Amino acid sequence: MATAALDGRPTSETNTPYLIAGAGVALLLVGSYWGLARAPRETYMGDVQRIMYVHVPTAWNAMLAFTFAFGCAVASLLRGGYRWDTRLEAAMEVGVVLSSLLCIQGAIWAKPTWGVWWDWDPRLTTTAVLVLAFSGIIALRSFVDDPARRAVWSAVAAIVAYVDVPIVYFSVKWWNSLHQMQSSPETVSGAFHWPLRINAFGILFLMWGLIALRARIAALRLERQLAPPEAAR
Amino acid sequence: MSHALAALRKDALLQWRTRGRFVAVFVFGATALLLFSFAIGPNAGALRQHAAGFLWLALLLASTLALGDSVHGEMEHRALEGLVLLPASPVGLYYGKALANWAQLAVLGIALVPFMVVLYDAPLGRALALAGLILLGTAGLSAPGTLYAAMTVQVRGNQTLLPLLLFPLVVPVLLAAVNATSLIMTGDPMDQLRSWTLLLLCFDLIYASLCGLLFGRVVES
Repeated sequence: MATAALDGRPTSETNTPYLIAGAGVALLLVGSYWGLARAPRETYMGDVQRIMYVHVPTAWNAMLAFTFAFGCAVASLLRGGYRWDTRLEAAMEVGVVLSSLLCIQGAIWAKPTWGVWWDWDPRLTTTAVLVLAFSGIIALRSFVDDPARRAVWSAVAAIVAYVDVPIVYFSVKWWNSLHQMQSSPETVSGAFHWPLRINAFGILFLMWGLIALRARIAALRLERQLAPPEAAR
Repeated sequence: MSHALAALRKDALLQWRTRGRFVAVFVFGATALLLFSFAIGPNAGALRQHAAGFLWLALLLASTLALGDSVHGEMEHRALEGLVLLPASPVGLYYGKALANWAQLAVLGIALVPFMVVLYDAPLGRALALAGLILLGTAGLSAPGTLYAAMTVQVRGNQTLLPLLLFPLVVPVLLAAVNATSLIMTGDPMDQLRSWTLLLLCFDLIYASLCGLLFGRVVES
């Protein structure tokens, strides 16, 4: 059954997001099995390195989620309506979850490798700032009752927060740097590529499905909020 | 431009007429400076080393009070709505208010410096350079702070929301300002002051233009 119209379009209730998220979980299982059981042991770091197979794809996809959130924020301001606002809400929440996971995975890797759970390295600090900045915007959304104001304000705040990311990165880089340089296909052995790539697509599909489902929930909530009270119908 | 000047004049006059509030914000900043010293203990060397950081933290905490207060008055009797309906340009309103907030925070920062020098036995270094740096740093707090204050003042829980939104955003300001202040106070053998000042200036320019561009959407919604 199609729900009430939002922006003049019915809210989709297809099973596609579930299928995409399911494909993501399946790929993630294959990639993780490959990374944990079949990929060779790294010479210097040993088994600790295997966290790379989830850590690096999580980082890529978290940045992708925030970039998508930025795109949604710009589209929401330019085009109006609530379609992009619901996507913005979904992308911010999934981005915050992925970035929080990124920080946790990084800490688990850092303790045996660097000897500390946390270091004030540019990437760690920038990720932490991103989590806090977008969590603040999610909190702002929960405090604003008027949907039109909520859409505009969160879009404005998301644009400002996203523009801040490269400045935070460079400021912290000047301040302190410990994180290793980015790897590239030329610097990583071919034996490590496949689990990394499979997990990257796994998390990408999972993120895509979750954003679509979360946007659907946001749209349904909004429809309920915008609907006239029972007596007025 | 004329709208910005008129808004600046209005806000400066309001700040002057409610200067008791500024004194309260200043006392808050001075209290914060005093309290930070208890976290370090009576070690004179450690206190001197952290003086620049404590000065900017006190200024950052006090700025949330000043910024929130500057927009709060606009909400009474829906004054901001009236200004937008005049019609006053939202861009002009933003720059007028941001400039007034900048001036207030800069005066606050400069007024807190003697307290820092006395409490932490910190060397003052080049006083004019320090004043210039406080101007640059407080511009970085005022530009996004004015935009966020205009949003958060209109919702319940605004005292929590403003720092929640502003603090992560101004990490570059805090880093650049603290490092540059330390270099001014204790010397700059590696010539790093220029880089930090440049970073602060870039942040100020980016945020002054971006927030000016977006302010209209916030007040018109």
